[in-house]
Amino acid sequence: MTDNHVELRDVVKRHGATLAVDGLSLEVGRGEFFSILGPSGAGKTTTLRMLAGFERPDQGDILIEGRSMRQVPPNHRPVNLVFQHYALFPHLTVAGNIAFGLEMRRVPTAEIQDRVGTILDMVKLRPKQDRLPAQLSGGEQQRVALARALVNRPAVLLLDEPLGALDQQLRLDMQVELKAIQEQVGITFICVTHHQEEALTMSDRVAVMNHGRLLQVGSPQEIYETPASLFVANFIGISNSLRGRIDRVDEANCLVRAVDLAGQPTLLARLPAGAGEGSPVTLLLRPERLCLSSEVRRSSYDNELPARISKAIYNGSGMQYQVALSDDLVWAARLSNSSSNQKRFLPGEAVFIRWNADEGVVLSE
Amino acid sequence: MSRRRAWLLGASLADLLFLYAPIVVLIFFSFNASRLSASWRGFTLQWYRLLAEDHALLAAVQNSLLVGLASTFVATLLGVCAAVGLERVPFKGRKLVEGALLLPLVIPEVMMGVSLMLFFALVKVPLSLVTVTIGHAAFNLPIVAVIVRARLRKLDPTLEEAARDLGATAWQAFRRVTLPLLMPAILGSALMAFTISLDDFIVTFFTAGPGATTLPLKVYSMVRSSVTPEINALSAILVLVSMSLIASSLVLQRKSPTQD
Amino acid sequence: MGAFFFLPLLLVLVISFASRGTYGGVEWSFSLANYATVADPLYLKIFLHSLVLALVATVLCLVLGFPLAYYIARLPVRWQGVWLLLVMIPFWTNFLVRTYAWIFMLRTEGLLNSLLIGSGLIDKPLEVLFSDTAVLIGLVYGYLPFMVLPLYAAIERLPRSVVEAAWDLYAPAWAVFWRVILPLTKPGVVAGCILVFIPSLGAFITPDLLGGARSMMVGNLIQHEYLVVRDWPFGSAVSFVLMGLVLTGLMAYLRTEETMNKPGEER
Repeated sequence: MTDNHVELRDVVKRHGATLAVDGLSLEVGRGEFFSILGPSGAGKTTTLRMLAGFERPDQGDILIEGRSMRQVPPNHRPVNLVFQHYALFPHLTVAGNIAFGLEMRRVPTAEIQDRVGTILDMVKLRPKQDRLPAQLSGGEQQRVALARALVNRPAVLLLDEPLGALDQQLRLDMQVELKAIQEQVGITFICVTHHQEEALTMSDRVAVMNHGRLLQVGSPQEIYETPASLFVANFIGISNSLRGRIDRVDEANCLVRAVDLAGQPTLLARLPAGAGEGSPVTLLLRPERLCLSSEVRRSSYDNELPARISKAIYNGSGMQYQVALSDDLVWAARLSNSSSNQKRFLPGEAVFIRWNADEGVVLSE
Repeated sequence: MSRRRAWLLGASLADLLFLYAPIVVLIFFSFNASRLSASWRGFTLQWYRLLAEDHALLAAVQNSLLVGLASTFVATLLGVCAAVGLERVPFKGRKLVEGALLLPLVIPEVMMGVSLMLFFALVKVPLSLVTVTIGHAAFNLPIVAVIVRARLRKLDPTLEEAARDLGATAWQAFRRVTLPLLMPAILGSALMAFTISLDDFIVTFFTAGPGATTLPLKVYSMVRSSVTPEINALSAILVLVSMSLIASSLVLQRKSPTQD
Repeated sequence: MGAFFFLPLLLVLVISFASRGTYGGVEWSFSLANYATVADPLYLKIFLHSLVLALVATVLCLVLGFPLAYYIARLPVRWQGVWLLLVMIPFWTNFLVRTYAWIFMLRTEGLLNSLLIGSGLIDKPLEVLFSDTAVLIGLVYGYLPFMVLPLYAAIERLPRSVVEAAWDLYAPAWAVFWRVILPLTKPGVVAGCILVFIPSLGAFITPDLLGGARSMMVGNLIQHEYLVVRDWPFGSAVSFVLMGLVLTGLMAYLRTEETMNKPGEER
């Protein structure tokens, strides 16, 4: 991300009384695979449609390659969109669909054939170029939509839930393929999705949105390891939380007193930025980073809390437990089946939950 | 279960018999050699030959075709515009226009004929084939509009957006994407309008001037005066013509590509 | 474009308040006299007669059409199209031809009488043509497809499992019909009835060709007033009363449509 290729400046968009996009500012670098992640109604599709030109910002501006897009209609923007349900023209063949944009820009016929041929090879659809969209599988339709947009060599490719209509296995394959294609063509991709795993797998950077607001921007690792808010943490899949207060600060670490638990035990954690002694914080823990043990103090983990198994679910690749720390605080723990003689816990069994300070995320409130 | 099915089948076949027997009998007796009797007197094609020599009848056929083609053209052109306008262009008073557009589909045909006749009388346009054509266009327009609009509504609106995204102007998007997808509905409804125009009696009855005799008017006057094998023969031909027109209309509408 | 039919209709309304000139023209004045004349027993009887005929025709269509629609809706899908087409074909045949077919069948020396006399069932021909019976036959014949199509659409949407559930819960055949099938297909029944009732009420060709002197319906009255008596204002008033009746029926229909569509509304 050397220069800012796409820039949103304080963009506001209202749909009737609801604020669809609320003061969004973003910068996307050239050649970046950028994802906008959020639940439905977060304003991500509206953002994408404003980038494509189908909706106009009520306030703020969108710049692509340094040029304001305020007065530019969709057909003159240097962007192309891969629609959520592909929007393939049902009356045109695969080749006809892909050639459409080039024909609209009056590209010479020979060049159209050439470019369509190249892109057909890239998405491995040359044998099916004379089929109609209705005669293709879901994955093939998805690739036609991608080819139809890419063949125009847009400055920015916009993707609206590109894998949303595919089944699980195809989705996983296409994640890899999409990323590979992006690296091959080197075009800036802006992708909207509500699927956190998809966003983390494919993107160079991810923006998390909710209720029209930008919550956090960062690399997949930053988003996953250091979520900036409870919402981001939950959306990324961290479900266990504990309220507390910082009791003591010790360089980069702190001791958090768990105010909701009996006996208010203290837990070792990393000190969040801007927090000091007495700050109220929330401690977050990923289910897969927890260890369970039936014996006390046998290991060198930083933290240990007593709990009781309330539910045990076998799901093939591992065990999923619900563990009660108190009457109204239940955590999830996921243990993988890494060996066949792994210990299984039964509902009602007393256990100890253990983790190291590094595994926890502390949010200061 | 099976007794119920048999009963249903019986009732249904009886309905079909009721629907088809008169038409079949009619056609059958158009080949009857006897002019008067309802009993079979041998096979003949002479009634068809007589029809072919009836100049007044042939003139009426010509008039009907003329009115049919002209009114279908007008109704289709305006109907498509109305459908696109109502579906894609938001404007004030849209509900009102929508209501006015649907009105001819629900008011009694007699009333339609009467009001058009009054209208032409008031603006002092003498009744002729032209007024008949206008009348036919008036009741066919909503039919075209309703059918085309239904198809338009089923079209995925993102298709036009996709065209725009790929560099098409609004007109190009309509011309290259929407119109081809609407074509089957447009042709189908035009064919339907043509059929209806060919068959229409009531509106024609009120809006046709002297000498502007269309086929249905001619049939009406024939039917009123007497029962003759020529009418049977003519009916047989008309049944055949409408059946083939409707069949082609259905084929056209079915051929439209669907994406759902 | 909407003005195209709106204007003439408005004209009819305006003229219905005027009065007839000496030579059949229109004398511009405002009076309700024409509407008062409609209330005259002579004309009221024609309205009533039309209503009764249209109502009976509707009920007959429903009784005849329901089994057919039900049968079609429960056929394998590829046969449904064929049967529907069979129902539609007569409908697309010229109305005059279809009416003429019944003249041909019903007249004194027609096929029906020939067959009945030939088989010895009767010895004097039945005088069916030019009677209310003939008009009813013509109306039912003409509009039966209007009943079958919406009924079919409604029954087709009715899941088989619902009917099976009723059986499973010990309902006898009549209860399955009255308590389950009929209530669930009511919108189709209402639509079909409206679609038959409206054109029957305003029918012109059928009573004109099949009816006798006493089978005059409103449609004929309008034509008579316009083209024979040339009393346009009165003809207009009759037209408007007819339209009022039709629109009332239509409103009732739209209301049921609305209540039906509410739960599944999109966007």
